[in-house]
Amino acid sequence: MNNISGADFINAMSAVGAGLAMIAGIGPGIGQGYAAGQAAAAVGRNPGAQSTITSTMLLGQAVAETTGLYGFAVAIILMFVKPFK
Amino acid sequence: MYVLSEADFMINGYYKFKLFGQDIYITTTHISLLIITIVMLVFIFAAKRCIIKASADDSPKGFQNFVEMIVELIDNMVSGIMGENGKKFRNYIGSLFIFLILCNLSGLFGLRAPTADYGVTLPLGLITFSIIHVCGIKKNKVKHFTALFEPFPLLFPINFIGEVAVPLSLSLRLFGNILSGTVMMGLIYGMLPIFLKLGMPAALHIYFDIFSGCIQTYVFCMLTMVYVNDKISD
Repeated sequence: MNNISGADFINAMSAVGAGLAMIAGIGPGIGQGYAAGQAAAAVGRNPGAQSTITSTMLLGQAVAETTGLYGFAVAIILMFVKPFK
Repeated sequence: MYVLSEADFMINGYYKFKLFGQDIYITTTHISLLIITIVMLVFIFAAKRCIIKASADDSPKGFQNFVEMIVELIDNMVSGIMGENGKKFRNYIGSLFIFLILCNLSGLFGLRAPTADYGVTLPLGLITFSIIHVCGIKKNKVKHFTALFEPFPLLFPINFIGEVAVPLSLSLRLFGNILSGTVMMGLIYGMLPIFLKLGMPAALHIYFDIFSGCIQTYVFCMLTMVYVNDKISD
């Protein structure tokens, strides 16, 4: 087997790291889905308050998305900014 | 990276000059910001002329109606969250809101959104950070710093990290949402064949640009107001 050069190895490991960083997408997926379920139950109990419940839910989900975006930022940095040349 | 040669969502430098020995580039973000600032200034001057010519007796029509609707919307938003203290912040939150809405929606018009560049969202987060602490020190004087040691002095590191995390999370939330929209739309327009590029990406534009952009604007302004209100309300 040929030797892998150092630069290729760093590129390959950056790609693997970017993939591992996106595992952070599990958290917001579960959390936001649970919040949407609670919002649906709340609308079922009180159909008149639907617009208030919807805007509260969207606000909470936008804040809860943040940790998933931290993982996305790390993946983009590894793939395109390539700090480990 | 040959497969990405047609999808271009990166920031390109267009002109290079030297300042104090450092290389400084004029980038895509500078050009987008310039166009958005010119649009905002045109809108503001048109609104000012419209309001000066208006009389207080007639009901507002047309453009004046639209401008008054925007001002009322922002006033209600600020008073709803900050109550009486909100009167001083309406101007800043209004400018921030209009600027962020225009920036986030500029992906629909062919520009690369300036907020997809961390160098634009980080200063916005740092402005919020400085507003929070200047208002806190003006209102509470020394208690603003000793409040970091409540309820136990042992919790000081956690409180400190919580304060530092505010500008970081605000800026990263806005940056990540808008950048992910830019990357997805860049990939779709760069990599699909031509007959799929007409009409179908419109649905994705509705989600990534309009929905996500408007919600992130609202969340940024609301969180700014909530953090400031924490420090200055009794």
